[in-house]
Amino acid sequence: MNLHEYQGKELLNSFGVRIQRGIVADNHKKAVEAAKQLATETGTGWWVVKAQIHAGGRGKGGGVKLAKSLAEIETISENIIGMMLVTPQTSAEGKKVNQVLIAEDVYYPGDNEPEEYYMSVLLNRATGKNMIMYSTEGGMDIETVAENTPHLIFTEEIDPLIGIQAFQARKIAFNLGLSGAALKEMIKFVTSLYTAYVESDASLFEINPVLKTSDDKILAVDSKVTLDDNALYRHKDLAALRDLREENAIEVEANAAGLNYVDLDGNVGCMVNGAGLAMSTMDLIKQSGGEPANFLDVGGTADAKRVETAFRIILKDDNVKAILVNIFGGIVRCDRVAQGVIDAYRNMGDAIKVPIIVRLQGTNAVEAKQLIDNSGLDVISATEFQEAADKVQEVLA
Amino acid sequence: MSVLVNKNSNIIVQGFTGGEGTFHASQMIAYGTNVVGGVTPGKGGQTHLDKPVFNTVQEAVDKVAADTSIIFVPPAFAADAIMEAAAAGIKVIICITEGIPVGDMVKVKAYIENKDCRLVGPNCPGVITPGEAKVGIMPGFIFKKGNVGIVSKSGTLTYEAADQVVKQGYGITTAIGIGGDPIIGTTTKEAVELLMNDDETECIVMIGEIGGQLEAEAARWVKANGNKKPVVGFIAGQTAPKGRTMGHAGAIVGGADDTAQAKMKILSENGIHVVDSPAKIGAKVAEILK
Repeated sequence: MNLHEYQGKELLNSFGVRIQRGIVADNHKKAVEAAKQLATETGTGWWVVKAQIHAGGRGKGGGVKLAKSLAEIETISENIIGMMLVTPQTSAEGKKVNQVLIAEDVYYPGDNEPEEYYMSVLLNRATGKNMIMYSTEGGMDIETVAENTPHLIFTEEIDPLIGIQAFQARKIAFNLGLSGAALKEMIKFVTSLYTAYVESDASLFEINPVLKTSDDKILAVDSKVTLDDNALYRHKDLAALRDLREENAIEVEANAAGLNYVDLDGNVGCMVNGAGLAMSTMDLIKQSGGEPANFLDVGGTADAKRVETAFRIILKDDNVKAILVNIFGGIVRCDRVAQGVIDAYRNMGDAIKVPIIVRLQGTNAVEAKQLIDNSGLDVISATEFQEAADKVQEVLA
Repeated sequence: MSVLVNKNSNIIVQGFTGGEGTFHASQMIAYGTNVVGGVTPGKGGQTHLDKPVFNTVQEAVDKVAADTSIIFVPPAFAADAIMEAAAAGIKVIICITEGIPVGDMVKVKAYIENKDCRLVGPNCPGVITPGEAKVGIMPGFIFKKGNVGIVSKSGTLTYEAADQVVKQGYGITTAIGIGGDPIIGTTTKEAVELLMNDDETECIVMIGEIGGQLEAEAARWVKANGNKKPVVGFIAGQTAPKGRTMGHAGAIVGGADDTAQAKMKILSENGIHVVDSPAKIGAKVAEILK
């Protein structure tokens, strides 16, 4: 689950990580109020208006603007709220902006030049340990840094049984070239950040940039936070932050029905049991000249109700020209799945207007094929994987 | 020979009396697997499926000499169950549970690092040595005895591969479902190594998917060890978009190096017989063993 920037920052702050302060607003009037309040609380004279969507690169699409007066806050917020923001990470039509974060200006002049750094916390899958990845090259796309100047990216792996140690936080601060008050601030920043990561069961923290202000404070100017869905059961407060408007509506519906579904751009829908087989089925669709319209794992119980729900979800996508059902029956018997497909088909009446290819293999596959073939329905049966692919090719031709 | 589990394994079921545990334990027993008991805290002293129930894994080790455990404990408690098994001296721990928080598995991995045990999974279908022991949730009848070893991140794709191999007239030594989570106990390379050192295994089927570096690591190891046995490789997810989790928590393309295409290239470069279609796994095995 992803958080908005403002939610991520509040989470960090609750663990003692210093952040660029801000107040979220969902219309331009509230934005002006937020700016006034922020000026009182922080003394900021300027503000940054930041579109809150689940995608990076917002500045590039015009979703982050500096406002030097309350009048500017009003016009900028009015322009941004409701816009379709297109960034390098969104689709071509972009994402609708429902709210903006009015944030204090932290790049104020002072004794030193402000400096930007990069920092993330994530799992190193190769070792099974969490690591802090950081760089002196803040404020830029980290993939670009990795490509052009990989020697400027450092990592620090943390022992899961003892957690982050003081020497590790010091090392990070020194590697970033800090000294004096900023060094102390960074040590606290890093330690709190790692604690927040572990305690909130996050799977990614990306703070880009981390800022050293002109008066040597270290703070998070942005936040990208991804939480582990499997751990949300023990973080009810964080689970409540989920913003369904940011997610694909069909995926939300599918998940609510207990189906593991990912929406894709192709023309052949598929319904499969098991994630690996589902991915393989998508691959086979492609090799048959089609493009997968979705990933859908129906899980172990492919009964009539579940099959019907899955059909309805797949058919919400108008691009779907055919549906391939691929079930390897193990514990779940193929004849029961076949009956499920037949019942679902009959229940749905005329709702199904595309050819359906059903491939059932494993327990009672022969009986299942007979059931399908004798049903009188417009369902094409297959038993071998390649045979199913060939039939997809035929119906697309 | 076979690897990990055989007819002499003394197997206990953790989460024995729950719905999943009961169902799959009865299937395992019906297959002929040597299930010696189970563990459900608070139900020690009872009998379930004609087998003794213990409160702790240690008790099962002491009383019925358990050396292998299969775990059906719900995700919130599964990490604890794995560590309990490791602490009690269980040698092979097979965790079926899907949905364990990654943070829990980070701790588990560190905890069992210096223990004398091997964890398989979590989020896996288990391990089967046909004709001897089914320690998992796979449909046993598909797996006929033979000389092909299978290593796979996916459940149904393992069944698919085994079915294709059997239909070509061959059979399986041991099939190891290593699991689809970001952190798993036995890596692809470790599972391949077990089969490479198994006298009966003449060919290995290695099924991977997008995300992580496990298949690449295994392929490099196979080559460094002189490609002693033929390995057939398949990587699922050639059409998966970047940055989306495809069912398995670990199946997500992060960068350019963990796509299916990148992995297939590395496998080929290291002498693995890569098939581009999941429908060709059995045929490729037959072509090699002919």
